[in-house]
Amino acid sequence: MSAQPVAPLRRSRPRPAWHVASVVETRPETPTAARLILDVPTWPGSDAGSHVDLRLTAPDGYQASRSYSIASSTPAGRVVLAIDELPDGEVSPFLVRELRPGDKLELHGPLGAFFVWRPGESRRPVQLIGGGSGVVPLYAMAAAHGAGDDPSPFRLLYSVRTPADVFFADELAALAGQAFGLDLVYTREAPDGWPDAAGRLTRETLAARTIPAEQRPSVYVCGSTGFVEAVASWLQDLGHSATDIHTERYGGL
Amino acid sequence: MTHHLDGNVLAGALSEVFTTDVTAARARCGGCGRMSPIAEAMVYTDAPGLVARCAGCDQVLATVVDAGDRLILSLAGLSAIELRR
Repeated sequence: MSAQPVAPLRRSRPRPAWHVASVVETRPETPTAARLILDVPTWPGSDAGSHVDLRLTAPDGYQASRSYSIASSTPAGRVVLAIDELPDGEVSPFLVRELRPGDKLELHGPLGAFFVWRPGESRRPVQLIGGGSGVVPLYAMAAAHGAGDDPSPFRLLYSVRTPADVFFADELAALAGQAFGLDLVYTREAPDGWPDAAGRLTRETLAARTIPAEQRPSVYVCGSTGFVEAVASWLQDLGHSATDIHTERYGGL
Repeated sequence: MTHHLDGNVLAGALSEVFTTDVTAARARCGGCGRMSPIAEAMVYTDAPGLVARCAGCDQVLATVVDAGDRLILSLAGLSAIELRR
């Protein structure tokens, strides 16, 4: 038997496990969403873009579980979520309205190896495209990029209803600069003096405000199912390869 | 069109079965032969459990039912999964 080449060391990724989280702080993120800062002593840290399954148990034993993106490539011990309330939701109204500091939650994670960005893995530019609360995992990627010395250019195209609905508005504004381009598209109401009329994201705007396909960016798209499917199809029309487009859909109850 | 999510949402349930995260793994549809990451499957969550369908031909690739003390997994619609070591 011949000698096998030594396999390169692959960065080990933490195995998903169940963790108990304590709510440290909850505060309004937008008129319909809350930011939850959780203390999770056993949390191993996570790649930017990954998610958790969050499980609630009612006093009668009934359980409901939902997936939520993690809002930062959080250090060990700390998880930040930003949760939009779905009007007919079973879990999100409780998380947004009722949760108080000291409350306990069960989290399963970190989860997901597909919709993640890891610093230093590639020198290709990165185009992020988010709709509504779909910006949460993209914000995590932009924050991880901003915190490290990864030289790849980043750009975020963020489609949002009104200025008040922007998630992580201050943090995104602070990240914007030479290495991170931020483009906002307002679908219902734009700020005073905004150069574009409010309206849905179109293929033309997408083409004008994103890194062109010739530069072979890695593209991450997150939003509602309809948003993701429209954007992914336009990206392919614009010459991006399907294998360069990473998508994540949110929704459900 | 019925509402669907995608295969990213399977990560939690499948982590109970596989030793690594398989949502980024490519799998072959047993119906049309399309190879694509499991994360790109269409996942319907309104059935009892999760139903993953091929984004190319709509074939049911996998179903996952959480029955409390048991997990019932079918991968009958997949003909292969590429697991990276």
